Amino acid sequence: MRDIKEVQEEIISEFEILGDDKESTIFYIMELGAGLDDFPEEQKIDEHIIKGCQSKVWLTASEKEGKIQYQADSNTDITKGLISLLIRVLSDRKPAEIAYADLYFIDKIGMGSIIGSQRSNGLASMIKQMKLYALAFDAKLNAGI
Amino acid sequence: MSLDIEKLRGLFPILHQEVHGKPLIYLDNAATTQKPQSVIDAISDYYEKDNANIHRGAHALADRSTNYFESTREAVRAFINARESAEIILTKGTTESINLVAATFGRKFIGAGDEIIISTLEHHSNIVPWQMLCEEKGAVLKIIPINDQGELIFEEFVKLTSERTKFVSVVHASNALGTINPVKEIISHAHKVGAKVLLDGAQSTSHLDIDVQDLDCDFLAFSAHKLYGPTGLGILYGKREVLESMPPYQGGGEMIKEVSFEGTTFNDIPFKFEAGTPNIGDVIAFKKALEFIQELGKGAIKAHEDELLRYAVEKLSDIKGFIPVGVAKDKVSVLSFSIQGMHPFDVGVMLDAKGIAVRTGHHCTQPLMKRLGLEGTVRASFAVYNTKAEIDALAEAVQKIARIKNK
Repeated sequence: MRDIKEVQEEIISEFEILGDDKESTIFYIMELGAGLDDFPEEQKIDEHIIKGCQSKVWLTASEKEGKIQYQADSNTDITKGLISLLIRVLSDRKPAEIAYADLYFIDKIGMGSIIGSQRSNGLASMIKQMKLYALAFDAKLNAGI
Repeated sequence: MSLDIEKLRGLFPILHQEVHGKPLIYLDNAATTQKPQSVIDAISDYYEKDNANIHRGAHALADRSTNYFESTREAVRAFINARESAEIILTKGTTESINLVAATFGRKFIGAGDEIIISTLEHHSNIVPWQMLCEEKGAVLKIIPINDQGELIFEEFVKLTSERTKFVSVVHASNALGTINPVKEIISHAHKVGAKVLLDGAQSTSHLDIDVQDLDCDFLAFSAHKLYGPTGLGILYGKREVLESMPPYQGGGEMIKEVSFEGTTFNDIPFKFEAGTPNIGDVIAFKKALEFIQELGKGAIKAHEDELLRYAVEKLSDIKGFIPVGVAKDKVSVLSFSIQGMHPFDVGVMLDAKGIAVRTGHHCTQPLMKRLGLEGTVRASFAVYNTKAEIDALAEAVQKIARIKNK
């Protein structure tokens, strides 16, 4: 499986093809969101909502054979697309790898100018929550629970 | 008289730029209006030539600054037809103006069991200060409901009033929906039960003729930046007798007459409410914004904006999936809407990609959005410098966006 850096480089290349055209970039992000796995309705509960996002974002994590699987959804198509990028980079990896990942692709693809500074804070909250899940699973695995 | 909009646009340097490679179409005027060159120049002129603290200095610059500052106060007085400039208090904005009234008049005159009436249409700034006051004093907050068109129901307001009603604070024009409230009738009825009335004029003062003597409101709050003036500057109008009955707001600076460690006597109005060094340069520049409006004439501004709103409603209503939100009969130039199956944020970001600036979200009116059963709306709000061509571009963009989910 490709490492976190390789997946980030792949995303950066995809966005480079789109160039500076904001419209195409947004449509592309929305398309990515549409491809995300269905999120179970019964999981759309307050404790799965990520604080700090203006739009609603639900995120869950589960562990399978020492690797973390994320699932997420949002009530806005653009935010959903952004989460799909994070899931593409971080899901199905070992907790420690996620917890210490340097997610440089976000700056490289110019996410701040695409979604605005306030939304960038929401994105930071999503990353923080994904890493917190990873740390929690890492602690559990190390403790042999 | 119709306005020469192209000539007028020439006065606003910010409008002539590209955003994301597209010409800027600025339709977020209910949030803040752009500033004409005269206002921008006045700010730099002040710092280049006149900068000095006001009222106390015994030198030429202080004298000049004071005169300019006070001449804005007089211009505001004339703008809203107050009886005297002492009734004009300069604040940081509408929000501070409302907080000032809640913290002074409210603390002194509102007690346990008293009732304060606001409406469902209020912006958070005209909800939270009253909630805080009610909590502190044991008073009760009553809310005037609205109908499905987004209009306040006057009969329900009448039912809410009683001898317990001590204060009514209502928005003149809704920032989220554009609804113009029947404020003259509200004021008249509130006075019958002995209540004082504050009008939140943040959205009305740039569009409508305001005559505080004719309206007979006790207070009027508004902001300079929605009137083509600088940010960080607001106005609180109050009737002299009401202002004089109120305790000061903050202590220090201009608000004192004499201070000793045994006690302090306070200055006369309006200075009693203007503690500390004010935003002098912006106050001075605000006069230029008022002159800009006066030269065009409120009637001509309103006629142009009404035409833009009518045109926008007509153009966008044909779009499949377009849902207007708030269709009051009497409105300022605010078009709030949803697109079937789409979140307002997605619509806003896609419009931004086309260089079109609108507001999306709850517009700081969360209780109103709850009443409407919405998370938020997309809001296009028009100012005097907007054109029909810009609305054509908006309609074309909205049509393209709506097609994603409404084929």
